[in-house]
Amino acid sequence: MTGRAATVPPPLGLLAELTHRCPLGCPYCSNPVALEHRADELDTATWTRVFREAAGLGVLQLHLSGGEPALRRDLVEIVAAARAAGLYTNLITSAVGLDARRLAALAAAGLDHVQISVQDSDRDAADHVARRPGAFARKAALAREAVALGLPLTLNCVIHRGNIGRIPEMVALAAALGAGRIEIAHVQYHGWALANRAALMPRRGQVDAAEREIAILRDRHRGDLVIDAVMPDHFSGVPKPCLGGWGRRSLVVTPSGLVLPCHAAPTIPGLAFWSVRDHALESIWRESPAFAAFRGTEWMREPCASCPKRERDFGGCRCQAFALTGDARATDPACALSPDHGLVAALAAAAEDGPWRWRTDRPATVDARRS
Amino acid sequence: MTMPGPDSIVADAVPRLARGVRMVESAAHGGRVLLAPERLFKLDEVAAAVLDLCDGTRSVAAVVDDLAGRYTAPRDRILADVSALLRSLADKRLVEL
Repeated sequence: MTGRAATVPPPLGLLAELTHRCPLGCPYCSNPVALEHRADELDTATWTRVFREAAGLGVLQLHLSGGEPALRRDLVEIVAAARAAGLYTNLITSAVGLDARRLAALAAAGLDHVQISVQDSDRDAADHVARRPGAFARKAALAREAVALGLPLTLNCVIHRGNIGRIPEMVALAAALGAGRIEIAHVQYHGWALANRAALMPRRGQVDAAEREIAILRDRHRGDLVIDAVMPDHFSGVPKPCLGGWGRRSLVVTPSGLVLPCHAAPTIPGLAFWSVRDHALESIWRESPAFAAFRGTEWMREPCASCPKRERDFGGCRCQAFALTGDARATDPACALSPDHGLVAALAAAAEDGPWRWRTDRPATVDARRS
Repeated sequence: MTMPGPDSIVADAVPRLARGVRMVESAAHGGRVLLAPERLFKLDEVAAAVLDLCDGTRSVAAVVDDLAGRYTAPRDRILADVSALLRSLADKRLVEL
């Protein structure tokens, strides 16, 4: 299609993975199993340029993530640079390694919102998942410090078989800590989570119960706590729209500067990712082959190509399609219309208690204790 | 709907954007956008005009009076529309009343 680059709509959000370093070891981490190294991380000046280019391109919201972004010594400067560029700036943190004093400096630098990951409402279970004694207490403390500073707060709870039964307790915790929002997001099976899929997969009865509970909780907390929930796509027969469409709304910049349509995109072989070290962000968004690969609907095959929902779910997740079928252009097997849907149904039924493989940058370790 | 229900907004409430919510002008996205934690809402001209007035000093009644002076719609109709908009935004924690 000629003139296509000119018609690419502007993105809305940018996820900046400031570092892959992290003090926690969650077995469902969305970082790649092959983590990027500190020596390769972008410097402050380059991030500052990226933020300016992002704002110029139309990006409105910036998510500072990791790994643990607080491990960057220049985090306050990074937040100030993001706000100077005009971006709505959200910090996604584990709270470990971020004290009240630096949080106050971040707030003064213009941080708009802070999101704290909480592994569970139960302290011991939470510290076990994070693989860090004392992590839960630190998170609760930082949550209170954020509220005291007047920073809007979200708790982010990743859900899996071991904690899906405690959603009401997690919502109660968010309310007690003064959060305005809680995200109850089921594990997405990429990266470390893929390696732990059978041990993390909930059972159908748990998912059904969780959906009923969330509906009740939303009603109860309307106006005082926003509850955003993402349920697993293995049980519904409906695929999740991949980030609202590949290369349509958002981009990810890795610690070393590679620009991805989605954080899991490098799992698809053959995609060439451009770096902010070599190209302006606008050119990467509009012209790089990795963003063009699955943008729009022209790449689709049947049953997607003629599906009336093709511009609603965009064929589902490309990374999941590749991981399960070996073909990134296939319909996401999460869709009931996919000829490979049986694969997903089998995985959903294959929940199996077993040791977790913990996230680590050292050789694989396992812990036989079940949560 | 003009019947005041249990969720209706009292005229002396003083609305303002909730903490963590900002309204920006985006040329790339064709107008005003409300930015909130992990969410954004493109605003139509009317919603933007209402929110411009929700500065934490004006009451709902004052907002409606101002709009009634600028638009030709009946005041009751404006009150109903403004109330519905603010209630919906407050339920999403975008506006504090």
